[in-house]
Amino acid sequence: MNTATHEIETIAFRRTRSTYGLVLLGFGLFIFLVFGLNTPAGVFTTFGTNLAGSQAITISDLVVPSQATIFAMAAIAAFFGAFQLARGIRSTGWLAGVIAITFIVSFLTWAAADKSFNLTGMLSSSLVRATPIALAALCGVISERSAVINIGIEGIMLLSAQVAVVTATVIGNSYLGLVCAILFGGLVAAFHAWLVIRFKVDQVVSGVAINIVGAGVTAFISSRFLAANINGLNNAAVFPTISIPLLSQIPILGPVLFENNIIVFLTILLVLALHILLFYTPWGLRTRAVGEHPKAADTLGVNVFFVRYVNVILGGMIAGLGGAYFTIGSVGRFDEMMTAGKGFIGLAAMIFGKWNPLGAYTSSMIFGFADSLQVKLQILRTPIPSEFLLMAPYLITMLVLTGVIGRAIPPAADGQPYEKQ
Amino acid sequence: MANVLELHGITKRFPGVLANDHIDIILKEGDILALLGENGAGKTTLMNILYGLYKPDEGKILVRGQEVEIHGPNDAIARGIGMVHQHFMLIPVMTVTENVMLGVEPTRNGIFLDRARVAARIRDISQQYGLEVDPDSYIKDLPVGIQQRVEIIKVLYREADILILDEPTAVLTPQEVEGLFKILQTLIEKGKSIIFITHKLKEVMAVADQITVLRGGRVAGTVKPKDVNPEKLASLMVGRDVNLIVTKQPAQPMNTVLEVRDLYVRDERGNLTVNGLSLDVRKGETLGIAGVQGNGQTELVYALTGLLPLVGGTIRIADKPVHHSAPRNILERGVAHIPEDRQKHGLVLSFPIHDNLILCTYYQPPFARGINLQEQIIFKNAETLVGQFDVRTPNIYVPAASLSGGNQQKVIVAREFSRPIELLIASQPTRGLDVGSIEYIHNRIIEKRDEGAGILLVSSELDEILALSDRIAVMYHGQIMDIISAEDATKEYLGLLMAGIKPAEAAAPTRGNRKQKKVERVF
Repeated sequence: MNTATHEIETIAFRRTRSTYGLVLLGFGLFIFLVFGLNTPAGVFTTFGTNLAGSQAITISDLVVPSQATIFAMAAIAAFFGAFQLARGIRSTGWLAGVIAITFIVSFLTWAAADKSFNLTGMLSSSLVRATPIALAALCGVISERSAVINIGIEGIMLLSAQVAVVTATVIGNSYLGLVCAILFGGLVAAFHAWLVIRFKVDQVVSGVAINIVGAGVTAFISSRFLAANINGLNNAAVFPTISIPLLSQIPILGPVLFENNIIVFLTILLVLALHILLFYTPWGLRTRAVGEHPKAADTLGVNVFFVRYVNVILGGMIAGLGGAYFTIGSVGRFDEMMTAGKGFIGLAAMIFGKWNPLGAYTSSMIFGFADSLQVKLQILRTPIPSEFLLMAPYLITMLVLTGVIGRAIPPAADGQPYEKQ
Repeated sequence: MANVLELHGITKRFPGVLANDHIDIILKEGDILALLGENGAGKTTLMNILYGLYKPDEGKILVRGQEVEIHGPNDAIARGIGMVHQHFMLIPVMTVTENVMLGVEPTRNGIFLDRARVAARIRDISQQYGLEVDPDSYIKDLPVGIQQRVEIIKVLYREADILILDEPTAVLTPQEVEGLFKILQTLIEKGKSIIFITHKLKEVMAVADQITVLRGGRVAGTVKPKDVNPEKLASLMVGRDVNLIVTKQPAQPMNTVLEVRDLYVRDERGNLTVNGLSLDVRKGETLGIAGVQGNGQTELVYALTGLLPLVGGTIRIADKPVHHSAPRNILERGVAHIPEDRQKHGLVLSFPIHDNLILCTYYQPPFARGINLQEQIIFKNAETLVGQFDVRTPNIYVPAASLSGGNQQKVIVAREFSRPIELLIASQPTRGLDVGSIEYIHNRIIEKRDEGAGILLVSSELDEILALSDRIAVMYHGQIMDIISAEDATKEYLGLLMAGIKPAEAAAPTRGNRKQKKVERVF
């Protein structure tokens, strides 16, 4: 009978194996036909590696023959596909990685054939664009790890963005504006926590309400007060770029990682801090226990409600930081609906990152990369509408949710109010 | 010996119910006190009061002669009281170490969890009390018996000397129960005192030093095992004399009604929980499926009744393939189903009794004519069935939710038995019921068998399987380990199969060793 089980599992495995193999082969063919044959021979693609105004040591740009590079990528995809069909690589993450890398490299080479494309600039803007997404995702992670769904991150960020710029303008100090935004984010989250923990209001309903209120209130204040007095209320200093000595001089890596404003640096620190908090401290153990099996935690004397309140409020403060990024972290003024769905994308990044701070940050980078790529493509004038590229990360998120690429399992008690008997 | 724990006049009222009525209990040092009572007798309420999960309305608690107030688990732990819950309070995705340390985490530098220190303590405790477990394994990978050890280690880690075990044997195989009793003895030798909550008479007779019987929220008596016998205990528990014996005639098996071949089913999370299973049920016989909970029994029943799709294999009922049929088509084949979760799958709790009684037949005459339901006929049907099946209810118009568990089950039995059936699939038909209802439902099932229906009985209570079955199949990890005639079955052999030991190694009992056709009823 055991052989029978084995057989069924083997059949299932063989099926995914051949599916992946065929998909990879298909990608190889696609790259060859669409990008390869559409690229004139003898043309070169230039990838810029230096960023204007950065302190990094200047190095020469990367120049590659366009068609040859694309053919090489097609060959790599096809090779992995054939290898997968013949032998089978068990790690689906690896295969997805091969698909992504060959596709992106050949796509860029094709798009920038006979032109120049600044690679470092795009990586740098990817990291910057990933920041608000990552902060939203971290808010989701810390909150949902204690089993409270916060779908109102978008609204919290919008409100905090406005609070940040108004306080920064009125006080005349952007750092104080940042503190106000963080505190305000915590306050809104505390209200959400109070509704869903104390009164067991449906967590999604409360979150949606925060989003609607956030959009309405900020739009009202913006058109009623900010528009009338831009210089007095809606014109704050943007955080300066901080260059870390020495490290920022490393080519490519320096301008991408070590020349940023305070919010980008804080985000990277937060990712590491939350990872340690969740997995190496008593508080993290309790948080995860409360998210998985609140009753078990309760019988061991852990205060389930307290843990949830603190985590949701902490999450709100992180979202508040994310809100501040939009105004005093980038443009210095508030525009209606300027968060543009980044709070929701953050939730997708949280799921894609499997409710881990490091994973959430990595997926935020992917979303940030797609976002900045899309902007670059508009400049390069490729025949493909940039909107299609912008869709790609969300399609991937859906695939993750359906369990095609590595399954994401939420905390077991996620979204359920805790009822003390 | 000194009294380590005394409860005096503990009273707890819930809206409309007096759960505990002036209960007095005394636990002596180094004793095992068994708290015996039926479901709803107030055992669990009492223990939750002791553990600080409920607040008593009256009465006082003395620990080592000192009056104490217990406001929460932390207070209880501080007084040396530890509880092993009936439903394990373990987090499956965490390690043993993490589960044990939760709530009292030692740290390095005041910040970082000191997992190594806890793991070392766990190894110490394991050695000292004979509770072998690997601190680094994940709970989800451990069998239930080992999970229970982790629960006990959790309590010992907190240095409790009064241990409360709430129905600890419900999920164990007979061999695991033996192992647990040995552990209890070791704990007593090391100076611990134990309260053992159960509704199983035999266990009480085997391990207890003192027995306190609860009935209807009151103490019905406190006795020593040597002064009583199971019959006496049962009557204390129920409040009247009960018949502990199920009598049935030998089976008259006829043609096959259910034929299952190479069945594979996945559970909701995608795990292959029924794993190449084949069995037959003939008309006029009862096939009992024994096994520890969670070995695929639930999914097997779901697949047979059309509630879960098959991954592979065939199911034939009365010679017709049904493995792609909808539940209604399967029911129309003459299948009756007593589901495992009566409140979720058996009844619509908010519906009145009369509507619950026609859930499978409402669309057929005489209950429906065209698109109209025939109310008068439905009422009359309900009146008849309620009388016939002895459902205790004020009237047929009250919602099913207002009935007791036993009466809810009788409503289901009435509905399923009131139409012509060829095959009865009964899953945990007496779980959580009082002795009277168990007696009733058992007799009805035997009656159906004698009328010529095939019966597939799934139960995790081995005594129930032994009492009702003609043949017994043991299910382990989604497969049938062995099918033997009930006359040849011994508890030891079944227990080994339930633990996954192959028939060849388990040494089947010798054939022809006929036992009496009378088997003691389940408690």
